[in-house]
Amino acid sequence: MKDFTKGLKSGVPIGLGYLSVSFTFGILAVSYGFEWWQAVLISMTTLTSAGQLAGINIMLNPCQYIQMLVSQLTINIRYSFMSLSLSQKVTREFSGLKRWLLGFFMTDEIFAVAANEDAVTTKFFAGLTVFPYLGWTLGTFLGAVLGSILPESVMSALCLAIYGMFIAIVAPKAKESKSMLLVVAVAVTLSCLFYYAPVLNAVSSGIAISVCAILAAVFGALLFPVKEGCNDD
Amino acid sequence: MIDKDFWIYLLIIAGSTYLIRAVPFAAVQKKITNRFVRSFLYYIPYTVLSAMTFPTALYATGSVVAASVGLLVAVLFAIKSKSLTLVAAMSCLTVFVCEQLINIL
Repeated sequence: MKDFTKGLKSGVPIGLGYLSVSFTFGILAVSYGFEWWQAVLISMTTLTSAGQLAGINIMLNPCQYIQMLVSQLTINIRYSFMSLSLSQKVTREFSGLKRWLLGFFMTDEIFAVAANEDAVTTKFFAGLTVFPYLGWTLGTFLGAVLGSILPESVMSALCLAIYGMFIAIVAPKAKESKSMLLVVAVAVTLSCLFYYAPVLNAVSSGIAISVCAILAAVFGALLFPVKEGCNDD
Repeated sequence: MIDKDFWIYLLIIAGSTYLIRAVPFAAVQKKITNRFVRSFLYYIPYTVLSAMTFPTALYATGSVVAASVGLLVAVLFAIKSKSLTLVAAMSCLTVFVCEQLINIL
């Protein structure tokens, strides 16, 4: 139980962050013409930010099933790497069906918090997922139902919440280790190239993110391999 | 939005997202010993988040200037404290204040 409670607590800030991010998703979905329950259902079954955003854009057109599949696979391929990464950190009892069930909750932030642990037990991971899932669902609902009430200035500011959270995960690591700082710098530089450079900026953002992340991680793995026998630096 | 279309789309988006997460998690039960792969897996979460944040976040709010200041504040707070909530809240607050100032000026 101690592990579960510890996980619950670690999930609170993620849950709060998700509340504001999914709020924006709820507003957007309704403004696109979706019913509130459709927005909530998408959030409850998918639990991802970038993928859902791209998803509702595609859903506006009829029958683009292949496009939907390709966009989701490219945007979400990072989850495979995260799952693979975390599969190396979980304790021995965290196996079989538990992985099939809890794998559903592998988001960027849940992964990042779990990856900061020395060893991840089933109970800790299960606890960790509770508030993020509630926050993501509730936020979508609130955004869809009462998003239009909030003034534009507040909405605009809330849009930065998710990125603030990303920075809070990356910056401390980059401060601790020079190699991580360099690897992150490579990722950002590549990402800027894909955003601004002609030709490259024609690549869809989902694919661009995966390509930048993979190249930068390969750069890091080649130049600054982690020490043998430990998972962390 | 056609109703039948919605359910098919939902199945694709939810199903593909689930499988891409769960299959590698459930399939790889052994420790990976290859040093390159281990290093790659160590770096990947951070490179993903970095690539998702820059430069997209600069254009996430109503003003590039406000967003830039907000992100800078996020970095400064993130270096000092590891609380995700505090960092996210401070960056939002900064954007809000900046945008009000820009409107006044």
